[in-house]
Amino acid sequence: MTDYLVNATGLKKSFGATRAVDDVSLQVKAGEIYGLVGSDGAGKTTTMRLLVGALLQDAGEVSVCGYDIQKQTEQARAQIGYLSQRFSMYEDLTVLENIRFFAEIRGLSQTEWLPRSMEILEFVGLGKFKDRRAGQLSGGMKQKLGLATALVTRPRLLLLDEPTTGVDPVTRQDFWQLVIKLVSQPASLNVERSTFNDESLSNTQHGVSVIISTPYMDEASRCHRVGFMKAGKIIAEDTPSNLRARLNGRVLELRGSPINVLRHVAHQDEDVEDVAAFGDKLHVRIRAGKSELVMGRLPDEIKSAGGTLIDLRVIPPALEDVFIALSER
Amino acid sequence: METVIKVENLTRRFGDFVAVDHINFEVQSGEVIGYLGPNGSGKTTTIRMLLGLLKPSNGKATVLGYDVFKQSEEIRERVGYMSQKFAIYDDLTTLENLTFYGGVYGINDKARIQQTLELVGLKGHEHTLTRDMSTGWRQRLSLGIALVHEPKLLFLDEPTSGVDPTARRAFWDLIYQLAEGGVTILVTTHYMDEAEYCERVAVMRDGKLLAMDTPTNLKKSIITGDVWEVYANPLEQGLEILATLDGVERVGLAGDHLRVISSRVDKESMQSVLSANGIRVEKIERGEPTLEDVFLSLAR
Repeated sequence: MTDYLVNATGLKKSFGATRAVDDVSLQVKAGEIYGLVGSDGAGKTTTMRLLVGALLQDAGEVSVCGYDIQKQTEQARAQIGYLSQRFSMYEDLTVLENIRFFAEIRGLSQTEWLPRSMEILEFVGLGKFKDRRAGQLSGGMKQKLGLATALVTRPRLLLLDEPTTGVDPVTRQDFWQLVIKLVSQPASLNVERSTFNDESLSNTQHGVSVIISTPYMDEASRCHRVGFMKAGKIIAEDTPSNLRARLNGRVLELRGSPINVLRHVAHQDEDVEDVAAFGDKLHVRIRAGKSELVMGRLPDEIKSAGGTLIDLRVIPPALEDVFIALSER
Repeated sequence: METVIKVENLTRRFGDFVAVDHINFEVQSGEVIGYLGPNGSGKTTTIRMLLGLLKPSNGKATVLGYDVFKQSEEIRERVGYMSQKFAIYDDLTTLENLTFYGGVYGINDKARIQQTLELVGLKGHEHTLTRDMSTGWRQRLSLGIALVHEPKLLFLDEPTSGVDPTARRAFWDLIYQLAEGGVTILVTTHYMDEAEYCERVAVMRDGKLLAMDTPTNLKKSIITGDVWEVYANPLEQGLEILATLDGVERVGLAGDHLRVISSRVDKESMQSVLSANGIRVEKIERGEPTLEDVFLSLAR
């Protein structure tokens, strides 16, 4: 257990009669990106807020770099950078002034904050824009500034709560390249000072760990491990490829016409669990062990309903298929 | 099939800035079109022109047979528009919101309001205050509001931003149900998860329409190279080395591995150049092109 940068066990938090977080345990290693996914109200944001110490848990424990978030709050918080869904910045201050503000309230001295800020701004690609007012930045640049302010204190743990909502794919790609770099870099940006409580941790090669919540499966698939939350619990946790493997052989792709006919036929098959239209194709999820049966009879069923089948094949399951299958359980 | 949108050399300038630059396309009835592009690429300007809210500088467009220049009122009566930042009244119930917006369109028919509630799956929640509803439900209500006057064409501007996959799937089931009934749908989105659902996808950049085709065809025609998933350690040095290889079109970090698109480099040569530089290669696998690959190669 000493290998974990974040170690949360048996976390519980209720709001009135609602069990927002219900016995959640999660461990994250240094250099790991952990994705927290789940429906609205599944408990993702509450979990994040418990991890950062913004909420007091009813039961359970959280330690960050070996510090208990409730008992050693200051030390633990010093290890955390937090980018919330709607992070605030001062629109009439420049980029550099914004970072300075966040650096100083986090206790960085004058000799520390400037070189550190410049280093971070170069890293996120805002070096050239340091004197621009934050209000004049594009959406993607604002997001990078948010990331920069979260990084200025050299956190070991970065908590990102749905950071890319409403951001275009090019900018999201840039953002993710930064996040992945941050965790895969052997610490040049991060661990110049040894702040570890635990000896074994300071020897690890990697720097930052990231916990990110997202409703988007293309983002979840970039994480090293993903936890699916439902009704306050983590109901599944694994690498994206292992999660996908749970549905191996059970997702079929159908092409043909008219697509409506194919859809209705697939819906009516008793061994079909889910049908989704993807433009000119259908993705169909089959009950475990029944794929061959369904593949055998679908062509005839489609034909007798007046449809034409062009292609029917087993495809690799997507993370979204797994998400939907898990949500239905 | 009937042409619902016809755009010819449509152009819009703001001063010296060309927001939309001579674009051409057609949409047939019942199609579901994804409209993609980076921020500022001209998507919203295009939609505003098609809604008749903004006059084109050049070119022309017809929507449902009406000229966007001269017949904008006819168009607005017949199209639905759902924006990401749509104003729902938080302190009104579902039914009250729908009744209010129905009234704006001159729909006072109670049966029609009930039908719309049923269509978007909010029956039984008529009297819920909208501030107490989840994002997914609020989005359904916004869709209901855009549908109350039974439009033949629906513009959806980032409709499921921030909505989880289950709610999104339900939303798209509804979109396809509408399309089956002959409604034409044009959706803007930043999420490739969502673009994959569309029948045809258009990609804009710098005011120009770069491509418009089915997701399958776009992947085939734009990503002509092979896709490789490279698991190597250390990752970043691996990235730098592969990026300099002749014939590599793009290398990106994809979580715990690298994603390489290349037309002339094979598995063995990647393996050997990485090993020669002291990078440990765990495995190199073939990958499938995605719409994100398409978008990134067009949008850069």
